[in-house]
Amino acid sequence: MNDFSKKESNMLDFQQLIEIVKALSNDLRIDEKTSPKAIIVPASALNKICQELYQNPSTYFDMLSCLTGIDNGVEVNTMEVVYNLYSIPFNHHVMLKVILLRENPEIDSISEIWRTANWHEREAFDMYGIKFIGHPDLRRILLPADWVGHPLKKDYVHEEYYRDVKVEY
Amino acid sequence: MPTDSIQYKFKANNLVDSEPNKLREDGLRAEEMIINLGPQHPSTHGVLRLEVLMDGEIIKEVVPHLGYLHRCFEKHAESVPYNQVIPYVDRMDYVASMNSEHAYAMGVERMLGIADQLPKRVEYIRVLVAELNRIASHFIAIGTYGMDIGAFTPFFWVMRDREHILRLLEWTCGARLLYNYIWIGGLYYDIPVGFEDRCEEFIKYIKPKLSELETVLIENEIFVQRTANVGVLPLDLAINYGVTGPMLRGSGLRFDLRKVDGYSVYPELDFNIPIGEGIKGTVGDCWDRVWVRMQEIHESTKIIEQCLEKLQKEHKRTKEFDPQALVPKKIRPQAQDFYVRAENPKGELGFFFRADGKSDIPFRCKARACSFSNLSVLPEISRGVLVADLIAIIGSIDVVMGEVDR
Repeated sequence: MNDFSKKESNMLDFQQLIEIVKALSNDLRIDEKTSPKAIIVPASALNKICQELYQNPSTYFDMLSCLTGIDNGVEVNTMEVVYNLYSIPFNHHVMLKVILLRENPEIDSISEIWRTANWHEREAFDMYGIKFIGHPDLRRILLPADWVGHPLKKDYVHEEYYRDVKVEY
Repeated sequence: MPTDSIQYKFKANNLVDSEPNKLREDGLRAEEMIINLGPQHPSTHGVLRLEVLMDGEIIKEVVPHLGYLHRCFEKHAESVPYNQVIPYVDRMDYVASMNSEHAYAMGVERMLGIADQLPKRVEYIRVLVAELNRIASHFIAIGTYGMDIGAFTPFFWVMRDREHILRLLEWTCGARLLYNYIWIGGLYYDIPVGFEDRCEEFIKYIKPKLSELETVLIENEIFVQRTANVGVLPLDLAINYGVTGPMLRGSGLRFDLRKVDGYSVYPELDFNIPIGEGIKGTVGDCWDRVWVRMQEIHESTKIIEQCLEKLQKEHKRTKEFDPQALVPKKIRPQAQDFYVRAENPKGELGFFFRADGKSDIPFRCKARACSFSNLSVLPEISRGVLVADLIAIIGSIDVVMGEVDR
């Protein structure tokens, strides 16, 4: 087995990574303030880009560490989905961001590529109402199925009663 | 009944409405049945509900239902300042709070840019308490797992030994489980006078107990029969499902963030990363996962010994040492997105932060819980096993529902 602590030589440069993604979509923006560095990709190209990053032998992002939904609030009127990818053999990270409109946010599911995305996408759906197109089983995961609303939205106001029990305590 | 009293009104459909079954009964073949397991069942380790489609005694499909312990961690985190999130972080993985705190504090410190200014003594104390907590967490995992399988004695043994750890940690900060000990930029207190000696005593005490535990449980023929070749998790499947920690190492990959990322003072410490070798069965079976946890306890005792030595020699207690010296009065990171991860006893605990640069409150704080991802592989590895083996598989995943549901 490899010793994973001693390998930096084969680490992929961020620039090279951008080149690989650029071949699939021109509409990229780079955000270097984040850690790890982020590529903002259009929602339409996400599935293609993920497939490439997963399969390309020089990137080989075999693990989806984290999938986060973010609501930027009513004024900005956007939502984001952030994917934190990690490659175990190369030990490199990348963050992919997709910006969606706040009304009716929809994005392709990537649970076919990384099956861990299945539950993470369900969570994002549960908390933000983001629809993942092509998800095999998009149900609420943490909240009860008859809960109304998506609580991590910035303008979320909870119902007054749940099952005749006052929610406000 | 007064109308304004909080009173749960029973309606026959309440349970069905809140968590409806995914599987349908009308398409069932002869001999097939849907069994509900949990949420209040001791072998589900908390409040995990499983909907199981069985053909006789063979599992055909498992559908986990989560959320029975959902306490809105992420919503809370968006409403309190960074330092006040720590008690909530404690309550995620409540058997390994120190490790979670360590990960969280590290993330905020890196965002603030003070991570490399921390005194070495603070770092060593952090690693010391985190490793003590790691042992306690693995004790719970192994003890309750033995109980799931039918071995009752080891559970009492590990609870007895875990008690010593809890008392040591209680001595440092006053709490037995939910510590709030590791602060952003430092610690609540220095470790108490005499802690090092007691800790050394504990390590001396625990070593023979570990081999006892290995003999009575891990090497036990009945235990081996119940766990070897059961719930085999192939490596590629594990990675694809985001499985980390002892489960991933049990599947044969030498991958530990303490080595890979080398955070805190782990690069200065000497320890090994045990992996599953399929000694009793196949690589990646339930036995391997438990065995990896057992070996990790040995490694943790090694780390603790080294920390104690450093804390008594190079980074000795001095009158001037103030563990809160670097604790910032105002925690306001620059606007950024930040992902931090650390090795918890159960796997990779990650925090995704978005700071807006204008307030002390995180704009978004997402916890990537290790148990959550680890549990998601359960339906995959429990297809076609017997119902008794399903219990063995759940136990070997070592979920803490507080972390799954957050």
